[in-house]
Amino acid sequence: MATVQFKGIVKKFGDNLVLNGVDVDIKDHEFVVIVGPSGCGKTTLLRMLAGLEEVTDGEIFIDNLLVNELHPSKREIAMVFQDYALYPHMTVEENMNFALRLRKMAKTEILSRVTEAANILQLGKFLKRMPKQLSGGQRQRVAIGRAIVRKPKVFLFDEPLSNLDAKLREEMRVEIAKLYQRLNATIIYVTHDQVEAMTLAGRIVIMNHGIVQQVGSPIEVYRKPVNLFVAGFIGSPTMNFLSGRLSIADGVAVFSNESLTLPIPAFVLPQKEAADGREVVLGIRPDDVMVERPGGEKCSGKIDGVLEVCELLGHRENLYLKVGGQRLLATVEAFFNRSPGSAVSLCFNYQNMHVFDKTTERRISE
Amino acid sequence: MRDNMSRKMSAAAKRKRINHLLIHAGLICFAAACVYPLLRIFSVSLRPGDKLFSTDLSLIPAGATFISYARLLGDTMFLRWLWNSLIITLATSFIGVSLASTAAYAFSRFRFPGKKAGMILLLSSQMIPAGMLILPLFLMIMKLKLMNTYLGMIIAYSVSSLPFSIWILKGYYDTIPRSLEEAALVDGTSQVGAFWRIILPLTTPALSIAFLFNFTTAWNEYLVARVVLFSAKQYTWTLGLFELQGQYITQWGMFAAGSMLVTIPVLCVFLYSSKWLISGLTLGSVKG
Repeated sequence: MATVQFKGIVKKFGDNLVLNGVDVDIKDHEFVVIVGPSGCGKTTLLRMLAGLEEVTDGEIFIDNLLVNELHPSKREIAMVFQDYALYPHMTVEENMNFALRLRKMAKTEILSRVTEAANILQLGKFLKRMPKQLSGGQRQRVAIGRAIVRKPKVFLFDEPLSNLDAKLREEMRVEIAKLYQRLNATIIYVTHDQVEAMTLAGRIVIMNHGIVQQVGSPIEVYRKPVNLFVAGFIGSPTMNFLSGRLSIADGVAVFSNESLTLPIPAFVLPQKEAADGREVVLGIRPDDVMVERPGGEKCSGKIDGVLEVCELLGHRENLYLKVGGQRLLATVEAFFNRSPGSAVSLCFNYQNMHVFDKTTERRISE
Repeated sequence: MRDNMSRKMSAAAKRKRINHLLIHAGLICFAAACVYPLLRIFSVSLRPGDKLFSTDLSLIPAGATFISYARLLGDTMFLRWLWNSLIITLATSFIGVSLASTAAYAFSRFRFPGKKAGMILLLSSQMIPAGMLILPLFLMIMKLKLMNTYLGMIIAYSVSSLPFSIWILKGYYDTIPRSLEEAALVDGTSQVGAFWRIILPLTTPALSIAFLFNFTTAWNEYLVARVVLFSAKQYTWTLGLFELQGQYITQWGMFAAGSMLVTIPVLCVFLYSSKWLISGLTLGSVKG
């Protein structure tokens, strides 16, 4: 297995700047997920690593070897494509052993590798079938099998589950996680689905507009998003954002807007950041909005709101609330049993509150 | 209500049957119009003497004989002409398809200056009537000292059929997902290897069409052959059969027999290539 380094990667298509100075270090045996919205440049970055796109500027290293000019076949990588890209005129077995045949590997070795991969992916009985005779999930497994048999230095996955239905996607996600534990390989996985990113990654690289926004473990990027984009992108349902202004009263920072006024504890916002009149955005995840229910825990520092819509998800329930002119989403335990239009009391979990500067969009809270 | 529904259904079925009947009647008329000349020629080839016209409408005429076939094969250079045609046609078809398949691949996959202009130029060349190309072709072949040679004919035919083949193949390549080649590149092939091992096998339906087009065009061509070939030994069958037309007498029996015999190779090529003319070869390769 191998390390991968992107150093100052720039990619332009004509005048269109797709990647703007990407720097990422990927360690040996690491499972890194590159995530971001459509058009953020994540797939382009992966394709550049595979050698399928030219690098406009910057350097890519695989195992400390500069690979910018190296042909894809010489990079010792294997790639699983979004649309599977199985060779339609070859059987499953021929698809899987194609790369090995090209390397003129001994037939016994080819057979043993294909059999091993087929066993891992439960493809044994499909080896003689053509791709068109397989279901979507089976085709995706063949595409993964084709990568496994090569025993490459780095596995590249380009949105491999995006074409599968929700149930199959969940199953395959678990399969890929198991596969990683088994192969202990360096894997770079591109997706726009933050659930895939959170569940699979050892580290997440979050991208937007061709720039890396944050690199960190799933819990890091969830708990300490460095800017508004990351805070809004990671986490489902999306974080609540409240725009307002800071003021200092008796040495305590106070957030206020036309709908509510909140004191911000010092453990949330360091004193040096709490400037009087500073425009900020408060970020509160729906899980950290607590809504009082009869007989339940009482809120301290109550805020009055109105329940607009309830969405039952099963064991949880989404409550769409209105506080003054501000809309808020709270995710609470199911069976809240209040009808839309009723008045509710709510409060926030300050431990997990985020504060961002409105102008720079950078995080200023602890 | 049920009666009403079943009445409606039976009326719809009746309409469908009448439609089918009309369509099939039309198709039978077209088929008859296509087959009639062939049967007529066959009938002429079996007539004793060199009678082209007859009041007899029977397919096998009275006193039917294969003498015209025997005379054509024995007394003329027909087999030689057939051989010449076969060599020129096969060479044209293979060279044409080989050049077109690689050129079309470049047009489909790579970005280069003049790509669009090149495609438009190829298309415009198809709009020039064949007769207008005779003189420039004649001059070029003469300057290349290839008059009265197989090579001269092969070059002339190949270049004239290339544009059509390139357009057909380019259109087909465009439908093949690029990710297949990219997967092959990552798997360890070169660009040429990806073309040869992955793309070309998937293009067989379009290659067959291009091959058939080249084959039938070259096989039936008369005008260029008339200009380039001048010795009877080098004639293609189209020129050769024309030799049977004299100033005072035309040997219609042999002419018809020759016409029947020359359809055999085309028929064989059509039957053989039909198995490649299957669509949907890329089914299952990508999500679809």
